[in-house]
Amino acid sequence: MGLETKPLSTLHERSSYNVADFAVPTGREEEWRFTPLSRLKGLHNGTAAASGTVDVTVDAAPEVTVETVGRDDARVGKAYVPADRISAQAYASFEKATVITVPREVVASRPTVITLRGAGGGAAYGHIVVRLEAMAEAVVVLDHGGSAVYADNVEFVVGDGATLKVVSLQDWDDDAVHVSHHHAQLAKDATFRSFVVTLGGDLVRLSPSVAYTAPGGDADLTGLYFVDAGQHLEHRLLVEHTVPNCRSNVTYKGALQGEDAHAVWIGDVIIRAEAEGTDTYELNRNLILTDGARADSVPNLEILTGEVAGAGHASASGRLDDEHIFYLQARGIPFDEARRLVIHGFFAQLLEKIEVEEIRARVLAAVEAELTR
Amino acid sequence: MPTLEIRDLHVAVGDKEILRGVDLTVRSGETHAIMGPNGSGKSTLAYALAGHPKYTITSGTVLLDGEDLLEMKVDERARAGLFLAMQYPVEVPGVSVSNFLRSAITAVRGEAPKLREFAKDLKAGMDALSIDSAFAQRNTNEGFSGGEKKRHEILQLELLKPKIAILDETDSGLDVDALRVVSEGINRFRGLDGEGEGAGAGADTGVLLITHYTRILRYVKPDFVHVFAGGRIVEEGGPELAEKLENEGYEAYTKASA
Repeated sequence: MGLETKPLSTLHERSSYNVADFAVPTGREEEWRFTPLSRLKGLHNGTAAASGTVDVTVDAAPEVTVETVGRDDARVGKAYVPADRISAQAYASFEKATVITVPREVVASRPTVITLRGAGGGAAYGHIVVRLEAMAEAVVVLDHGGSAVYADNVEFVVGDGATLKVVSLQDWDDDAVHVSHHHAQLAKDATFRSFVVTLGGDLVRLSPSVAYTAPGGDADLTGLYFVDAGQHLEHRLLVEHTVPNCRSNVTYKGALQGEDAHAVWIGDVIIRAEAEGTDTYELNRNLILTDGARADSVPNLEILTGEVAGAGHASASGRLDDEHIFYLQARGIPFDEARRLVIHGFFAQLLEKIEVEEIRARVLAAVEAELTR
Repeated sequence: MPTLEIRDLHVAVGDKEILRGVDLTVRSGETHAIMGPNGSGKSTLAYALAGHPKYTITSGTVLLDGEDLLEMKVDERARAGLFLAMQYPVEVPGVSVSNFLRSAITAVRGEAPKLREFAKDLKAGMDALSIDSAFAQRNTNEGFSGGEKKRHEILQLELLKPKIAILDETDSGLDVDALRVVSEGINRFRGLDGEGEGAGAGADTGVLLITHYTRILRYVKPDFVHVFAGGRIVEEGGPELAEKLENEGYEAYTKASA
């Protein structure tokens, strides 16, 4: 430790491409303490042989290039270095990566949809890189479904002045396990919009992170999840402000119902000493609809400079508000319908943020289906 | 002929008894004003009749058209024809006024209104109450001013067309213009024209108007006035009783019940 050492954050200090640099988690570590390791099917301890299949198909906008490349492609692993053991395992184990490129100043004419379908049969590992060159604009959809034990890393590289909007839908079969890192790297004046919807799967642990390489970056991360009996749905967000005058906003909302429904939300924001003028806010809300469901919500905000434009966080988990239900019932609306309206209202503001009409309709239908379960 | 009959009603909040034997009958075509000082139990009566879970009925009966109201769930009471205009209408995030009203009308009528018909009725109802049509797309009561919330309550009254309406301090927090607009809405519900003359000659509806002040009674003329103190009705009379309260206040009653 020399005199020049800057104050360091206690969050997320380690990163490596090498699996051996991370000890096998025991469940006592801060980053693993909420995750039921026994349900990871060996993804965390090296026993999950890559014998399964997750098919990746891309329906791309005509202006967008799609390539399937080998491990040695220079564009792979450039923006993101794995930050935990499963991420490193995925990086060490994938065979082919999908690279999607939106050329400079090109505005994609329609969403590019990446469909990932698990076909069962053991673990599978993947890697996706989405690159937007300077001033490009695109909407990318990641649509996860089927039965799988899947670990992957997704890199979003957003160039100068580019705008990337991502919708990631996790609607796996009941037995699926999915551990994923989504890392966005924002260049000067880049805009990143992420909309995460997690509904299906036995265990989903998704870690979206954002880093900035130059001032002016703007990231907005929205998430919606609906946890049913026995499901473990975990979202771990990290926004690291290392350069001045960038913005981030995180809003995640979830509803839980049924015995042993478990939601975990970790929201880490670090504002480094050099990131003056940062404007950040993060929010998590959980609506607990029945007994036996549990939500863990942990916002962490580390501010290492005094010169911020704004920094805040909020977290609340609670039951349906009796007064809301009473008001609707007092107008003749039966309890079940009143409950449906209030839960729908809880998610309404988030749903409005999905700009792609067909995807909004699909997410809306999925939420409606959850409500009638 | 809709009738609301309240007999020896006792209501508690937790261990505390608030209502101590209320007797009151509201028949269709009648408007009853319940007046009384703060804390006398007026609002408790309103919320207990609507079925709010905070209030426990410890004894007594309430019949709506001969049916046991107290056996019904909150939504069943509303569908049976009871309406409570609340003193503090609840903000329901993410549920638009339009969506809320359509759901309520569907529930009360037993079938969804035709979309075009609903839009027409909503527009007419909002115009009559000087509510900006943009409110239809706003979240229910969210960010509404006190006056806007009260107009929205009366809009619901006019659209849902209950048999018996309980208006809990609908006049509180209204300026003179808003009070007039809201009173006109109540009078339309009573089947009277905007002038408010000829009380009792109107529609097949009854009104229980709870208020602290006599001001609204100049616009909505009551047939009967009841003075509430200490959780029960302590004096009853015609409109002239309101005049007396206007001049003398509640002091005589609060002393008597203490």
